[in-house]
Amino acid sequence: MTATAALQWLRANLFNTWWNSALTLLIACLVLWLLPGFIEWAVVKASLTAPDDRVCQAAGGACWAFIADWFRFIVFGRYPYAEQWRPTVVLLIFAALLLSSVDRRLKGRWLAIGWVLGLVAVVVLMAGGIFGLPAVDSDLWNGLPLTLILAAGGLGLSYPLALLLALGRRSPLPTVRMLSVLYIEVVRGVPFIAWLFLLLVLLPLFLPPGLTIAKLWRAEAAFALFIAAYQAEVVRGGLQAIPRGQYEAADALGLGYWKKMRLIVLPQALTITIPAQVNTLIGAFKDTTLISIIGLFDPVLDTNTALNDPAWRLAYIEGYLFIAALYFVFGYFMSFYSRRLEKSLSQGRR
Amino acid sequence: MSDDDAHSMIELRHVHKWFGTFHVLRDVSLAVERGGRVVVCGPSGSGKSTMIRCINRLEEHQQGQILVDGIELTSDIRNIEAIRREVGMVFQQFNLFPHLTVLENLTLAPVWVRHMPKREAEELALFYLERVRIAEQARKYPGQLSGGQQQRVAIARSLCMKPQIMLFDEPTSALDPEMIKEVLDVMVELARSGMTMVCVTHEMGFAREVADQMVFMDRGEVVETAPPQEFFNAPKSERTRAFLGQILRH
Repeated sequence: MTATAALQWLRANLFNTWWNSALTLLIACLVLWLLPGFIEWAVVKASLTAPDDRVCQAAGGACWAFIADWFRFIVFGRYPYAEQWRPTVVLLIFAALLLSSVDRRLKGRWLAIGWVLGLVAVVVLMAGGIFGLPAVDSDLWNGLPLTLILAAGGLGLSYPLALLLALGRRSPLPTVRMLSVLYIEVVRGVPFIAWLFLLLVLLPLFLPPGLTIAKLWRAEAAFALFIAAYQAEVVRGGLQAIPRGQYEAADALGLGYWKKMRLIVLPQALTITIPAQVNTLIGAFKDTTLISIIGLFDPVLDTNTALNDPAWRLAYIEGYLFIAALYFVFGYFMSFYSRRLEKSLSQGRR
Repeated sequence: MSDDDAHSMIELRHVHKWFGTFHVLRDVSLAVERGGRVVVCGPSGSGKSTMIRCINRLEEHQQGQILVDGIELTSDIRNIEAIRREVGMVFQQFNLFPHLTVLENLTLAPVWVRHMPKREAEELALFYLERVRIAEQARKYPGQLSGGQQQRVAIARSLCMKPQIMLFDEPTSALDPEMIKEVLDVMVELARSGMTMVCVTHEMGFAREVADQMVFMDRGEVVETAPPQEFFNAPKSERTRAFLGQILRH
């Protein structure tokens, strides 16, 4: 861009009305006021090697040394130190799955198979006990792998249930409709935390003695059942937006109920609700942090634990900024992915 | 299906239907022979669309009998699906599936309902697209076509199921005037090929050309049924005369 083109762009986009010009100036002032201080703190005066928080604070900069020191604990928690190559591989598997999901050239079926195989590999790697891998109790599956297992498993399991609930709520059969409404309203009306505790405390009472289900899987179940209620309502909104003519054309061709839904109604309903679905998913992903309340070590609880280290008590700003950045990466990935998906699915429509 | 020509393709016997307390169909009786071409007309709100939609059970009748190719329409879902496979329907609003290409719109039902191999279904689809003169648009999405083109695709989509009967529910009412002819031409050709057809339409030129039976409905009743010659030249009922006078004036 030449200098004149840049000037033209500025005039057209930032200074086109007096109101816009005022806003531009105001925001520029704010940025100039805040940014230098932040950069000075976060970069210029920051330390990656300081021995403890007092040294950093004396230097007036960020204590990234805390993150460097406790990085493995924040990310992997109490997973046995010598075995931490396993959760590392797990993170790589997740990265590969997420990145290949963005590639729309891959067929949906292969992607689904990839995810199922990937998740099986993840659980095998984390649990061990076969292939000569030492067994690791699921209470020690901590940090980022835990968050990703909860999120991927919970979202994956909730989706089919959400579709059935959404269809059920619009079913011509009164019993099915009533049960769907009941499920959605009851699950949605109680806070997620309460469901976590209920599943934690109540489930063992209903299981035959001797059979226990690890806390992790109970949390996973609570998570999947909870999100399903929300996602069902999103999908129902999509179903209601499909014109009656689409149902009638499918009926007139002799497609039965399930084929009509699967081939005609759901593909359209799911496409138009992508933004709302992703909204629910991002919210659900961040809600995984609530599991720390029942004592599962997600990255937030890991960080809180690390901050108990007497050397780094004052480094909590750095710790939480790091966590925020970590969650932002995943949240932003989801919204980026949804925009790609929307674009490729809306082809041919005007 | 059966070779038994003794029964009518479509038979309505004393059919009644209510929307809530509104009596939309009052004692409607009608018989359509194999290869018969019936045009139904009447003022809006006269129940003609409701009547035609009862034939493939998009609407449910509450009294009387409807028989399609000898099978009675009851709430038995297997009967309904069997009848729908044999009865094609073309809607006023086309109702093409916007998320599928033209070709996919056509192959969907043959593949999923008739369990036809995909390759064969595509050949069939291209044959019918050729017949409605739109084969070059096979890879496009419905949203990229004009209204007239979409309606011709909708006709081809129904034909791909090789139906015994075609129902047309005001197929040209949503079209711009310059596109009406291209759709009617396809329908005329279809009528000449011997298809059993029931058309709800205000296109009286089309009716004169292809119909062998005219049906005039008003306020939920069949007021008059007659061959087109008689219907247009010497309508018996006062209401028919008034209606024809209105729509044929210009």
